[in-house]
Amino acid sequence: MTLLETRRLLGRALIITRREVSDQLRDWRLIAPVVLLTLFFPLLMNFTAGQILDFVGQFGADIVGERLVPFLLMVVGFFPISVSLVIALESFVGEKERHSLEPLLSSPLTDTELYLGKMLAATLPPLLSSYLGILVYLVGLALTIQWYAEPVLLAQIVALTTVQALVMVAGAVVVSTQTTSVRAANLLASFIVIPFALMVQGESVIMFWGRYDVLWWALIGLLLILFVLVRMGVQLFNREELLGRDIDELNLRGAARTVAAAFVGAGRGHGLAGWYRRELWPTAGRLRAPIGVVGLALLAALVFGYTQAAVYPLPLLAGEFRLMQGFSERLAEFGFMSPAGAAWVFLTNLRALGLASALGAFSWGVLAIGLLMAPLGLVGFFCGQVALIGVNPVLFFIAFVLPHGVLEIPAALLAGGATLRLGTSIIAPPPGKTLGESWLLALADWAKIAAGLVVPLLLAAAVLEAFVTPRVAALIFGG
Amino acid sequence: MIETHALVKRFDSFLAVDGVSLAVGPGQVLALLGPNGAGKTTTVRMLTSILKPTAGWARVAGHDVVAEPDGVRRSVGVLTEHHGLYFRMRAAEYLDFFGELYGLAAPLRRARAAALIERFGMGEALTKRLGEYSKGMRQKLALIRAMLHDPPVLLLDEPTSAMDPQSARLVRDAIAQLRSEQRAIILCTHNLTEAEELADQIAIIRRGTIVARGAPAALKRELLGPALLELRAAGSLDGVAAGLADLVEITAAGPDWLRYRTDEPARVNPLVLARLAERQVAVVTLAEITRSLEEVYLQVVQAQDER
Repeated sequence: MTLLETRRLLGRALIITRREVSDQLRDWRLIAPVVLLTLFFPLLMNFTAGQILDFVGQFGADIVGERLVPFLLMVVGFFPISVSLVIALESFVGEKERHSLEPLLSSPLTDTELYLGKMLAATLPPLLSSYLGILVYLVGLALTIQWYAEPVLLAQIVALTTVQALVMVAGAVVVSTQTTSVRAANLLASFIVIPFALMVQGESVIMFWGRYDVLWWALIGLLLILFVLVRMGVQLFNREELLGRDIDELNLRGAARTVAAAFVGAGRGHGLAGWYRRELWPTAGRLRAPIGVVGLALLAALVFGYTQAAVYPLPLLAGEFRLMQGFSERLAEFGFMSPAGAAWVFLTNLRALGLASALGAFSWGVLAIGLLMAPLGLVGFFCGQVALIGVNPVLFFIAFVLPHGVLEIPAALLAGGATLRLGTSIIAPPPGKTLGESWLLALADWAKIAAGLVVPLLLAAAVLEAFVTPRVAALIFGG
Repeated sequence: MIETHALVKRFDSFLAVDGVSLAVGPGQVLALLGPNGAGKTTTVRMLTSILKPTAGWARVAGHDVVAEPDGVRRSVGVLTEHHGLYFRMRAAEYLDFFGELYGLAAPLRRARAAALIERFGMGEALTKRLGEYSKGMRQKLALIRAMLHDPPVLLLDEPTSAMDPQSARLVRDAIAQLRSEQRAIILCTHNLTEAEELADQIAIIRRGTIVARGAPAALKRELLGPALLELRAAGSLDGVAAGLADLVEITAAGPDWLRYRTDEPARVNPLVLARLAERQVAVVTLAEITRSLEEVYLQVVQAQDER
């Protein structure tokens, strides 16, 4: 895009922004809380900070005060931007409800201009009031307790506040474009409010911990989320979707039919072998990229765990890694090397993958990958530990992981890949598909992979883990 | 100016528009009639490039609705089913906003807005917020918004709904003038009198399909049969009717009146009068019975319902 085109895009987006901002400034229901949070709240925080500093100073707990003042700076910045959520949620669906959206959509504005104009309109006023609130708070602190913010900390807080506002607005615009009433949008806002509440709690911990450098990581994380949300917003925002749908109908039967049809797919009428050949293999082929991403993540977890062994060494004796006498027999007595043991392993693994899939479906796949990385990280960590005492880590891996891992790791890769696809399917639905359709088709892909490959692989892996792995381990490391 | 061919729009399993073909030239008004949910609004939305056709094609002012949405939207003035005004704004501010969206320079959009406001007699309402407007005034302002960028094509959905008779007359006159300025207009309306008055062509849409189309007079002839005439005499017509049977189809008769149909009133009526004169029957009046578009509409819709 040339500079001229960018200017033109911004200029036309600002037509929308100007109108919306002037509309907001005429609504006392928006103005009152913003003014309150911008002017009154920072002064209240000044007073609170002063009181708490005096109080904790009496007990020599100055550190509480030192941490509290910057924390309140973050809070003062955050509160006004929460208003942006309300504005953004209302941005498209409110206009649709009031029937003022169609004249806008009939105008020569492009989708991007409209999207950008709305984003800016929802972000700028609360953000400016947030900056003003921070300024009022800082001036108050300077005048009352002579506290001056470190420039880096101030930059972090301002950057975090800005990105948080943008993330909130980008998320709310996605919600607003996908609903048909303000009421529904408000209900769905909990998908934004809850993660934000958790995030602010996390940031509070960082602030009281005093590791302000960690805030940069939070900022990077938020920027990534912002990128995903903006991409989602631009992809999902289109005139047809905005006006074509009139009712938010929960059609479970229709959804089940869609998933069932996609599940059977090209395998219909060709038996189980035909289904594997015609439908499952092509599906697995389509998942190459997400499976590759999961593979890289698991490898990274393994390497990371291995490197952490030196940081957190366990008290093992050098060259003395041996299994206890009668290791296999004790496992057998315990009931592990039995069908019940295999069933326990299978159900445990199934539960773990099920949990990863459930979490991944609603976190763009991120939590699923995180959960799958954890055991590989532990494997790497223990390999690293035995390496520290002179035992061959590859041998350790071959003894304890490989016999069943040869099936279990591919199962994890497949489940992780399908979950990643499921989680990310809402970011960019394929052309001609709605967000819901895209998610349902990804769900069908996930179900195919789970039923056709993951479950059988986990079953076989559980049998190997119960009956073969202990014997191989005992063979290599005694016991 | 507006041309569609076999236009189809499907929402999942619902077929909203099914093979609609229309042609509206410059200086023509097409009235799109049909019950609620028949597909009128969906058709209009495809013609403004808001919805993409599932099949078929449409061109508006020379622009393809799929390939050239920007050109289409710049050429079309749309009066939507709901006026969709911003209630906290004032008229001048509102029109300025839309003028800017359509890329009009500030002096031009102000001049156009002022001229249209005066034309529609809304000068006094300029200082009020739009939320204080009556329904009719809101509708008029929405129409001004549609005309502001001087589009060659107008798509008007219920332009006179909620208006008092005087305002409605004003708007109808405006539409007639727009037609005389060689604009192509599609008028979606339930007001059949208005459609009959303004439209050069009528298209009745039912369940997404055009079920009848043509000039109002041609549609009446096609669907209601040949012209129906009523003759009133000064005296008794006993025994006369039978003497006319070879000329016309008598549909009803009374002591001193009769109704008949004929395909060729210009040829047949003089013959009827001549024959009555031969019998020394004094004719008081001979007039064609007005048949409304409503009859045509109801007949078409009922026929479709029966299917």
